[in-house]
Amino acid sequence: MNYNFQYGVVWDNFGALMEGAWLTFQLGVFAFAGGILIGLLCASIKTYGPWPLRLLVDTYVVFITNTPALIQIYFLYFGLPELGVRWSNEACVLIGLVLNAGAYLTMILRAGFLSVRKNELEAGLTLGFSVVQQIRYIIVPHIAKAVYPALANFFIVVLVMGTSVGALIGVDELTGQAINLSSINYRWLEYFSVVAVIYVVLTFVASVGLALLGRWAFRVRVRIF
Amino acid sequence: MPHLAVNNLRAKYGALEVLKGVSFSIEKGQVVALVGPSGSGKSTVLRTLVGLTPVTGGNVTIHDDKIDYASSGSLRRARDQMAIVFQQYNLFQNMRIIDNVTVAPVKIKKRPKDEARADAERLLAMVGLADKLNAFPDQLSGGQQQRVAIARALALHPEILLLDEVTSALDPELVNEVLDSIRQLAKDGMTMILVSHEMAFVREVADKVVFMDGGSVVEEGLPEVLFDAPKTDRAREFFGKILRH
Amino acid sequence: MERILEQIPRFFTADNMALLLQSAGLTLAMTVAGCVIGFGLAFVLVYLRQTPGRWALPLRVICVAYVEVFRRIPFIVVIYLVLFFIQTVASNASLFTIAVISICIYAIAYTAEIIRGGLESVPLTQMEAARAMNFGRLRTLVTITLPQAWPVILPPAIAFAVSFIKDTALVSQIGVFELTFRGKELNNQGYSGILVFGTIAMCYFLMSFPLSMLGQYLEKRLATPRSEQSARKIRRT
Ligand SMILES: Nc1ncnc2c1ncn2[C@@H]1O[C@H](COP(=O)(O)OP(=O)(O)O)[C@@H](O)[C@H]1O
Ligand SMILES: [Mg+2]
Repeated sequence: MNYNFQYGVVWDNFGALMEGAWLTFQLGVFAFAGGILIGLLCASIKTYGPWPLRLLVDTYVVFITNTPALIQIYFLYFGLPELGVRWSNEACVLIGLVLNAGAYLTMILRAGFLSVRKNELEAGLTLGFSVVQQIRYIIVPHIAKAVYPALANFFIVVLVMGTSVGALIGVDELTGQAINLSSINYRWLEYFSVVAVIYVVLTFVASVGLALLGRWAFRVRVRIF
Repeated sequence: MPHLAVNNLRAKYGALEVLKGVSFSIEKGQVVALVGPSGSGKSTVLRTLVGLTPVTGGNVTIHDDKIDYASSGSLRRARDQMAIVFQQYNLFQNMRIIDNVTVAPVKIKKRPKDEARADAERLLAMVGLADKLNAFPDQLSGGQQQRVAIARALALHPEILLLDEVTSALDPELVNEVLDSIRQLAKDGMTMILVSHEMAFVREVADKVVFMDGGSVVEEGLPEVLFDAPKTDRAREFFGKILRH
Repeated sequence: MERILEQIPRFFTADNMALLLQSAGLTLAMTVAGCVIGFGLAFVLVYLRQTPGRWALPLRVICVAYVEVFRRIPFIVVIYLVLFFIQTVASNASLFTIAVISICIYAIAYTAEIIRGGLESVPLTQMEAARAMNFGRLRTLVTITLPQAWPVILPPAIAFAVSFIKDTALVSQIGVFELTFRGKELNNQGYSGILVFGTIAMCYFLMSFPLSMLGQYLEKRLATPRSEQSARKIRRT
């Protein structure tokens, strides 16, 4: 192979890549946060709701988790305008990712809800906690501790696999920026190898941050590697 | 010339020195019993002999040949001459009894399949399990599994058999069936190093008893002498406690 | 809305359906080829990672780093790297090959962790018994460890492959004629996006859902210890 690597042009545009990385991070955080809200709602419905709602949640989860996030986003981006709903490409990616993450997070959180054992609640009652106090001091900490490692892991999945899908409808997150820049001067290998390193660093920082947060807030050990 | 000699053997688990210079020897056809409180390093001695725990000092010789545990060739020759029976049997859970016994002879020792099978059937019959050839280990009782483990070791036709507390995981009513098998081997002249807490049995079959404590040999000698008139305080205390029951 | 309804008879023609079927086949073929080869190579990686000895330290580090790095890079970035790398060394490689190689690279990283977990679930004493009988490392793996690790390895490995059917949608970006690419093409031909991507989503669903159910069934099946299985067999006869 006599390919001549030229990284100079990549360093010249490093600022643009960093902007992309920042957008990737924001997309990841917002998609995850939105997904958590949906996940909490749906997991509560699945655990405590009436059967028609439970059926609805089941349908949502099964459909989302068995189809590609990319197709879901294409549906929003190419399909919805036919119904007069026109969102920007960034909005489509974000909404698509929130809906997608919501389904996976429903499954993760639901497992957490199920792990609260009855006797712990009874113990809480005998200690004279009110219902609100029980939720605040017993149930929430317990669930948080049980699901935190899975959540931390899933955040990385959203941050990497999720947000990069945006590049395919022209969102300028990290991968999108790499595509834009390398189609100008055709240094694809250079751009994408640097971008790969940025992803590794970004997710590694996120992993370390999440591990520290988990230890500090919930006293759980999360493995970084 | 002893069959096997252990000279000033040392071994560590991490930073913990478990064997602090162990020496003893065994003649051909002899039975040597390693006894001592739990944690004294008896199992580690056997594990070190077959290269499962690394040696950090001293050496082991077979017929005056030093085993070099760092050399795969030397280790292979050593393992070829010794077979170990573990306290927890460690039968291969994915294989039928007959395959547990024949796998090493066929695949490692390259013996013809039907010959190995006939041998395995003979050995399994000898330990009273002729009717269990096609069972899986988890379908047998502990005593039965232990006897399979002995048959598996014997199928390698070792020159030296190492037995690690082969009865300690068994219900009392199963102990005798296993001891009978070993008694028979001793009669047949098999060289054996056995770790055991069955003092009556040790007294009956052992030619020599090695008493270990804290990773060293405290005293060794004939069973009668060690049990009835130990020279060291530590041995007197230990055997006094054990033999009174 | 009327436009969509009006398009339905034109869209669901035998020709279009044949194209979709063909593309679905390609999606499956890519996933199976990539995951099966990747799974095989993951064994090699795990085996190399367990090489003992001080001299093998760099090898072990590389194996760990491979897994860590590729789990942190988006699949689409891997696709681009493979595409442009392969094109500089072998410009005549087909897009399908490039897609399979990308899937492979990704599958190695994920299934290596699954395999390692499975192998570590087998008690160490099993391997010690084999080593004491002069089994080599490879023979121990093949005859003792792996047969016992299968029930732990297979269900998550299948689950990974099934979930990767969806991720292969990304290779549409480099022009492989799989389902998603076909969807974009039909959309460009003027068919309604709702109709097209709804149908494409359904196609993925029809592949993914039954296979994931099968995976769950296998998991339950394999998790039953042998003694219970045989007991069940006896009861049935
Ligand atoms: N795998 C191991 N890792 C660390 N320490 C061990 C291990 N196996 C045994 N030990 C320690 O080594 C010492 C000797 O153990 P062992 O040889 O099994 O004694 P025995 O067989 O006489 O009961 C004990 O203190 C035990 O705790
Ligand atoms: Mg022991």
